[in-house]
Amino acid sequence: MTVTSDVLERHGLSTEEFQRIIDALKREPTLTELGIFSVMWSEHCSYKSSRVHLKTLPTSGRRVLQGPGENAGAVDIGDGLAAVFKIESHNHPSFIEPYQGAATGVGGIIRDIFTMGARPIALLNSLRFGPLDDPLVRRTFSGVVAGIAGYGNSIGIPTVGGEVAFDESYTGNPLVNVFCLGIAAHEDIIKGVASGAGNPVYYVGAKTGRDGIHGATMASAEFDEKSAEKRPAVQVGDPFMEKLLLEACLEVMRTDALVGIQDMGAAGLTCSTCEMGSRGGAGVDIDVSLVPQRETGMTPYEIMLSESQERMLMVVKRGREAEVERIFEKWDLHAVRVGEVTTDGKLRVRNRGEVVAEIPNRALTDDAPVYRRPMAAPAYIEEAQQLSLASLGKPVAADEVFARLLASPTIASKRWVYRQYDHMVRTNTLVMPGMGAGVVRVKGTRRALAMSVDCNGRFVYLDPYAGAQLAVAEAARNVACAGGTPIGATNCLNFGNPEKPEIMWQFARAVEGMGAACRALDIPITGGNVSLYNETDGRAVLPTPVLGVVGVIEDADAVVQRTFRNEGDAIVLLGETLDELGGSEYLKTLHGLIRGVPPVLDLNREGALHRVLVEGAGSGLIRSAQDCSEGGLAVTIAECCIGTGLGARTDVAAVGSAAGFSDIATLFSESASRVVVSVAPQREAELLSMASRAHLPARRIGMVTGRRVQIAIDGRTIIDEPLGEVERTWGVAIERYFERAKAIA
Amino acid sequence: MKFAVIVFPGSNCDHDAQYAAEHVLGQQAEFIWHKDTSLKAADVVILPGGFAHGDYLRTGAIARFSPIMAEVQKFADAGGPVLGICNGFQVLLEAGLLPGAMLRNRSVKFQCEHVLIKVEQTDTPFTSACRSGQVLKIPIAHGEGNYYAEPDVIARLERNRQVVFRYTNAQGIPTDESNPNGSVANIAGLCNEQRNVVGLMPHPERACEMALGSADGLILFESVVKAVAQGAFAIAR
Repeated sequence: MTVTSDVLERHGLSTEEFQRIIDALKREPTLTELGIFSVMWSEHCSYKSSRVHLKTLPTSGRRVLQGPGENAGAVDIGDGLAAVFKIESHNHPSFIEPYQGAATGVGGIIRDIFTMGARPIALLNSLRFGPLDDPLVRRTFSGVVAGIAGYGNSIGIPTVGGEVAFDESYTGNPLVNVFCLGIAAHEDIIKGVASGAGNPVYYVGAKTGRDGIHGATMASAEFDEKSAEKRPAVQVGDPFMEKLLLEACLEVMRTDALVGIQDMGAAGLTCSTCEMGSRGGAGVDIDVSLVPQRETGMTPYEIMLSESQERMLMVVKRGREAEVERIFEKWDLHAVRVGEVTTDGKLRVRNRGEVVAEIPNRALTDDAPVYRRPMAAPAYIEEAQQLSLASLGKPVAADEVFARLLASPTIASKRWVYRQYDHMVRTNTLVMPGMGAGVVRVKGTRRALAMSVDCNGRFVYLDPYAGAQLAVAEAARNVACAGGTPIGATNCLNFGNPEKPEIMWQFARAVEGMGAACRALDIPITGGNVSLYNETDGRAVLPTPVLGVVGVIEDADAVVQRTFRNEGDAIVLLGETLDELGGSEYLKTLHGLIRGVPPVLDLNREGALHRVLVEGAGSGLIRSAQDCSEGGLAVTIAECCIGTGLGARTDVAAVGSAAGFSDIATLFSESASRVVVSVAPQREAELLSMASRAHLPARRIGMVTGRRVQIAIDGRTIIDEPLGEVERTWGVAIERYFERAKAIA
Repeated sequence: MKFAVIVFPGSNCDHDAQYAAEHVLGQQAEFIWHKDTSLKAADVVILPGGFAHGDYLRTGAIARFSPIMAEVQKFADAGGPVLGICNGFQVLLEAGLLPGAMLRNRSVKFQCEHVLIKVEQTDTPFTSACRSGQVLKIPIAHGEGNYYAEPDVIARLERNRQVVFRYTNAQGIPTDESNPNGSVANIAGLCNEQRNVVGLMPHPERACEMALGSADGLILFESVVKAVAQGAFAIAR
């Protein structure tokens, strides 16, 4: 075969990389081999641009049972059980085909979890879209939500929470990040390894078709106007097939007849064979003619690169084949023996016995290219960090700002979204979506797990280091608000084209900040996913490193939620508000600006805050807790009242700011490390002294009373709205975009 | 007493029903695989929620051909109490054990939320412990729960008092706002003419503990435990 530059380009390989392939093989590759290298060396599979940076993240800790490198991470949650979790992106497919792109993203992450021997019990998602007044965005948004619902609901894993935010930068490149968590006994955790020469290699699940060929390569390229033509590279999901696989695999795993198992996700059969071989230090020899095929005339190239969904590869202990086959037959699945484990460390692919590819596994995995790409601080930063409130003119009245922020889709109720997700199946959901972090109990124990996914892309855009730290802090704070001690995290790093030094700089700084924050808060990162090339026509999305944090709640009966619970309770602000409007929802919604510097974060104070929250929840002292984030203190107070029938009368201390902006800064600053809690009046002093012992500022700001949301600044009433009005403004904002569109049509 | 929870390959509320029966009520509950041909001397049969066979064509359409369904039919004919929840209700409709059919929700979306339903009939094994007119807070989670039957069928159901549950407001009045999916006459659940087979779209097994947001669903299970203990719905074996 002559490899032309055209062939290389279609495979996303550079001429240097091609030379590297020749060096690894000591000959020219066949077309099948070239295809295999191209997907394994794609950004998506090899992490070639990000690997040097990811290595700096903290990944170990006393609770970590499995760090990065496997299908998912695992942490000890007591009682001999592990929480197995990971987050993954499906951004590019979700833009091209929103429903199937999102659905197969859910399917992929669920497979990663049960592949580890864990039963998946909860899903979260972190979504980003363009502004909802764009009809194309509405189509993408509703398609993605329906796709997530369609897959998760059918397979019966509850979607218990998540976040959705909107910004112009995501219009042509939505972000769809899905998090899944499962539970396994320590001893039942199983890995993706192939070992034991002569052990049979089995293929099970859906048949292989031509769908998704070069999906991994697609996910490693930018979008342009031709992207819609890439539709055949998006796979179609079958949640029923996955449900069968899930149950059958968990049943097989209980037999101890398995050596290892891996799902066929990105790069399909190629990735699963060479990665399992590489981890086990073994070779894998398969014959593609034995692979069940959905279409006729498929070539070895196509079979190896197909990304058809709902397929697994297993290595079974020799002599235990019949037992394994019987279980799959019970579930009407057909496990097919496609090859065996060898000792030579090579991936050998045959077609009816004839060898069509023979590559050392390590060349595809550990020895894949690693780039230390050039970095440069982007030119925009210096300019964007300048914020002059005075130049904005006279601010709009604070009560009007309040109403506009409540109706901002990023802040408003996400009921339109989560109502479409089955969030209660499996009867573990202790906190309903929209009420704080996702919380599920762990049946058979006294414990519950809290989980939250967060990131504010504006902060990261303005200062990647600080922004990533703030994402870690916010996710952990949400977990702590529910009463959970953060014990582990997973990350999904969504950035633009890493070949641009500015993007690479954003990425590196964000990873540094994330690592520092995780170290300070003692939250190891046990795995995750990197999604680069999130650009359309050369414009990158806001850098969005999403953090998924998991925490343990020791007593499932002591879970704390967002909303006030009793008339007469004292309202206390933990933390303090500063003049920090940089990157705020206020600037974005009222002035269309992303400017300034993000709020300052003191990681010691943040940690102290988490400890107070967890202790206060565990002892029943704290009755409700809501973190202050987008929209600041005023929005948080409203959120604590919404849905309870209880109002609040509050009076907060003024924060100094630019002339005329003091009220705005006081109410809408997004200072970090703040939480609004409620406490029985007779226990207020106890909470304040607990905070003081932790060197955490805390101040009573009012009481739960009446049916109005009232906020004064130093005795001057600024906001005084009937609760019903606040609830309506916040509650219907997202629905309205769809109703308005219907009315026009 | 013993509950049988039928497991179709795509059932996903089977564990929830079993947990409610065994861990909340303290009764025995056994999973019965859909390819089995024995109900193993169960006193009550539950067809749980889920997507029995993926349900890409029509919910519950294939499940009625599963071997166990012949046994469920026999059990029902003999007077045994059968409860179909959500997809289980859809399976009962497809199997002809209850009349009518399900359409897509009028929102054309899957909906998961707590709703209110009124118990209209208390002479079924699953409502015998309820007060007539009692309003229960129980979640729904379905995309196709919009109950439909021809007007003459509806008239017959009403005449025979077979509408067991209706979507209502807190005062027990069936309004359009309280109807989550567009069901004819706000019908949330039905029984057969013999009154031993009950199907409903809401999930009582998800509302058996206050920690989950409501314990109102427990009364359906308590009812059947009591009814069977009293021999009211003992089956002729």
